[in-house]
Parts: sequence; C-alpha cells; structure tokens
Amino acid sequence: MEWGGIIGYGLFLLIYGGIYAISALGLNVQWGYTGLFNIGVGGFFLVGAYTSAIMTKGPDFSHLGGFGQPFLVGVLAGGLLAAVLALLIGIPTLRLRGDYLAIATIGIAETLRLIVTNEQQLTAGVWGIGAIPKPLWSTFGDSYNAFYAVVVLLAMVLVYFAIERGIRSPWGRVLKAVREDEAVAQAVGKDVFRFKLQALVLGAFFMGVAGALFAHFVGYISPEAFEPMNATFLVWVMLIVGGSGNSKGAMLGAFIVWVIWSGTEFVAAALPPTFGPRAHALRIVLIGLLLMAMLLWRPQGVLGEERQVSKLVRNEPAGRSAQGG
Amino acid sequence: MAQLILYGLIYGGIISLGAIGLTLLVRILKFSHFAHGDMMALGAYLTLLFRVTMGLPMWLSVALAVILTAVAAVLIDRIFYKPLRRTSPAILLIASVGVALVLRHLIQFFWGAAPQVYQRGVERPYIVWGLRIRPTQVWILVMAVVLVIAVWLFLQKTKTGKALRAMADNMDLAAVSGIDTERMVVWTWVLGAALAAAAGIMLGMDTQLRPAMGWLMLLPIFAAAILGGLGNPYGAIAGGMIIALSQELSTMFINTAYKPAVAFVLMVLLLLVRPQGLFGGKA
Repeated sequence: MEWGGIIGYGLFLLIYGGIYAISALGLNVQWGYTGLFNIGVGGFFLVGAYTSAIMTKGPDFSHLGGFGQPFLVGVLAGGLLAAVLALLIGIPTLRLRGDYLAIATIGIAETLRLIVTNEQQLTAGVWGIGAIPKPLWSTFGDSYNAFYAVVVLLAMVLVYFAIERGIRSPWGRVLKAVREDEAVAQAVGKDVFRFKLQALVLGAFFMGVAGALFAHFVGYISPEAFEPMNATFLVWVMLIVGGSGNSKGAMLGAFIVWVIWSGTEFVAAALPPTFGPRAHALRIVLIGLLLMAMLLWRPQGVLGEERQVSKLVRNEPAGRSAQGG
Repeated sequence: MAQLILYGLIYGGIISLGAIGLTLLVRILKFSHFAHGDMMALGAYLTLLFRVTMGLPMWLSVALAVILTAVAAVLIDRIFYKPLRRTSPAILLIASVGVALVLRHLIQFFWGAAPQVYQRGVERPYIVWGLRIRPTQVWILVMAVVLVIAVWLFLQKTKTGKALRAMADNMDLAAVSGIDTERMVVWTWVLGAALAAAAGIMLGMDTQLRPAMGWLMLLPIFAAAILGGLGNPYGAIAGGMIIALSQELSTMFINTAYKPAVAFVLMVLLLLVRPQGLFGGKA
C-alpha cells in the first residue's frame, strides 16, 4: 500500500472510530456508569441519522424534507430526538427489572427499522435518503475527509469532557451508586428512577449525535445501515473491550474494535467472491468470540474502571473484577 | 377472521413453546436468556441438516435436532455462562447476547443467508368449515399440544419436575432440602433448549428457515413470557396465544409489515399498566 492509501485508511479510522467512540461514550454513561442495559443503541443512532438528514436537506419529493437547516442544527436535532425517544422508552421500563429495559430497547430499535422501511413518504423506505449535505464540502474538496475527521474528533472530545465533568460531580457518584446497589441509593434518599432516566436520555443524545455525524459523512442512509450488528453489537463489544465505566476505555475500545472489524473486511475481500457472504458471517462470529473472551478473561476491559475515592484518601490501584448491575 | 384466529393459534403454539423455556430459565436460573431465539434457529437448522442434507426421516431428524440443541445448550452453559454466573446477572445478559451473535452467524456461515425449506412444493390445504389448514399446520398444532402436556406432566408428576419447581420458588430452600442444584441447572437447560428447538422446527415447517429467524422471534417470545408474568410456565402459554392472536388480527387494521411491532407495543402497554404480568407472578 502506498502512502496515499495509508493516509486514506487512517482518516477513515479516525472518522468511523470517532463516530463509534461517541456512541460508545453514550453507552458508557448508560451501562458503564449506571448499569442500564440498552441493546437498542442502533435505534437511537438511526433516529439521529434520519432526523439530521431530513432537517438539513432541501426539498426532495421522495421523502419528508425541505427544511434546509444548517449542519449543526441537524446534528443537535438528531441528538434531541434520540433523547426524547429514550425518555419515552425509559418511563415505562426504568422502574422495573433491568432485563425489561433490555427487551424494550430491542423492541424500539426493531420497530424503528420497520418504520423507516415502510413509511415511504417520511423516509423514502428501502430506497434510502441520498444526497445528505456534507458541511463545507465545496470549501475542502479533495481533503474533505481530513476536515471531517477533525469535526468528528472535536465532537468526540467535547462529549468526553462533558461526560467526565458530569461523572466527577456528585451527580456522577449517584449514578455509580445506583449501578452498585439501587436499594442503598434509594435508602439514602436518591430518586433512583430520575437518575436512571437522566443517564438513559443523556446517553441516547450522544448516540443520536453519532448517528447524525455518520449520516453526513456517508451522504446516503437506508434501513440496511442500521442492522443490529453494525449499529448496536459493535458498540457493545467496543465498550466491553475498552473497559466499561471508563470514558477513555470506551474511546480506545471503539478504535481497537474498528481496526479489527475493518481489518477482517480486507481479509474477506481478498477471498474468492463465492466465499464472500460466508466470510462476512465469520467476521461477526469472530467479534462475538472476542466479546465472550473479554467477558471470561478480562471483564474489566483493556483499561478498566478508574477508581475514584476522596482526595483525602490515598488513591490505591483498583482491584475491581467485574461490573455490578 | 376465523382464518386469522386459526393462524394465530398455530403461531401462538410456536411462541408459547419458546416462552415456556424462557420462563423456566428466568425463574430457575434468574437468567433472561437473549440467545433463546437463536437456540430455536439452531434446532430448525439441525433438522434441515438431518432431513434434507442427510435424507433421514422427519421424525428422526426432529428427535436428533432436539437432542443436539439441548446438548449444545448445556455445553454453552458450561463454557460461557457457568463461569460468569457468580459475577452479576447483567454480565450474563451480555454474554447471552454474545452467544446469540455467534450462533446466528455460525448458522449463516454453514447454511448461507438464503431462506430454505424442509419440503419443496405446495401443499394442498384441507378445508374444514370453510377454513384452510395445511397438513403441516395440523402437525404443528398436534405437536404443540402434545409438548405442552408433556411439560406439564413432567413438572407436576416427576421428581425432577418437582425439584425444578422447588428451585423456581426458592433456590436456597431447595438447596438445603437436598436438591442437587447443579444437576437441576442442567435439567433446566435441557428442557428450555429442547422446547426452543421444537418451536424453531415448527416455525421452519410453517414458513421457512432464515438465519435471522431466531432474532426475529426473540421479541415475541419475550413479550409472551412477560405478559405471562415471567415465572409461570402456564402464563407463558396464555401470553404466547395473546401475542400471536393480536399479531394476526392486527393485519385487519394496519400494514402487515408492522406485525412484529405489535408484540412490542403490547408489551410496553402492559408494563405501564400491570408490570407483574397478566397472570400474577412476582414482578
């Protein structure tokens, strides 16, 4: 591979890794810190992508549109609508056992895929939405990917600092208390339901933002892009590999797993075409086994959770073995 | 409409079998097993292997597939779930999502993504009281009823069944009264997986086999189990029937494409109004 190819791949790594990292950061708020089991990441991602695409496009007869809003408005709207969705799904399920939330998030993600596939006048159905505006496309031209990589990484860093600030505050400590032992958090007078709802909504907002960034980069979205594998499970594997309960881990995991995921695509592409679909299945088996191996042998992930104790106590190396739920 | 109700009963039988197994796992192992749908798919595809690839008779293929699925479930439990059982229920949930992923794509790897069937050609349906029912569907109904009765007899009459119910009620009490809990865990898996495999095979007989069939069934069987109160195997049957009938009948009012969403909407509505399920059980 010559230099151009390597730089090109590097930029893709930064952009896709960064987008996934934002999703993983969102999941980390939900699962890593609060212990909420969301297996519908793809649903929130989808809402962000479609919302932003529809908000920013000019009139198009094949689907709802014509708002022509700027990029930033689209991305924020994407995040907000994903957050609203999280609110709606959280209210009936967050007072109940954790596995109810899990199955409800699967349900919402699948239902959303049905909606975008079937409501043609809204989303153009299986045809998908094309020609999604790329911000400042004409200004950057050939070096557009480099520019977009900066945009994505900037967004990622922003999300990271926002989460870190929240987590290191009393609010963040309550989230962890809820994760470790709901009954205790309740007993000291915390409104557990509210904190869980806040964590769910905040995480979903970031997933929506990630979806919007994805839509504006690829320029074309269709229901196929939001299959549970790509949009949900990959994010889970990223968080577990990197280390749940650690924002740096979430980002690191996103880049590591994306390298593995795209690397196996190169291998699959080199195989004879008849082997193609099977190679794709095998790639996913590999990712699944990676997840299982991590859970069995290194459940804390590459980085593990940073232990936070009072400044007055000497910070001892953490010895946690697994997340509580 | 009567026709839709008939289809609903057939589909309901399939969902119920999946939901009973799931309920046992939730109740006895405290484990919401997200790979349960893919166990169904595994059973269906193993039957395809014996029936179509190896040309064995159908009854033998079904028996072998059910046994092998149960063995696979026990192995998966020993390798993946057992070491994690002590950590936390949430880790176990993720592990089952991982297992689901691996199972589904192993199926796709070996059998390909294209839909397959046990038997080619069109069956001539019987017409009874103006209702159309295919011979295969009669078989499915009979199998579902027989299996439900068999499970009921097993749980009520045999010593193992009673021990299982004791464990479901109170794990610690069961352990101190001398029940070998590890052995019961194995039994739970055997029972749950065998029922799942049977349900998957019936689904394959009724429609066709696809690698994603298990994933698509996960929502209806969970919805059925939750409707039934997650803990009561008989509630699971009622839940399965309600889900299946509403899915079928919904096609009179809304786009058929939204059939899978009906289970979800029902479940969310129920959780809002009556989180402990329609048929008691502890929430």
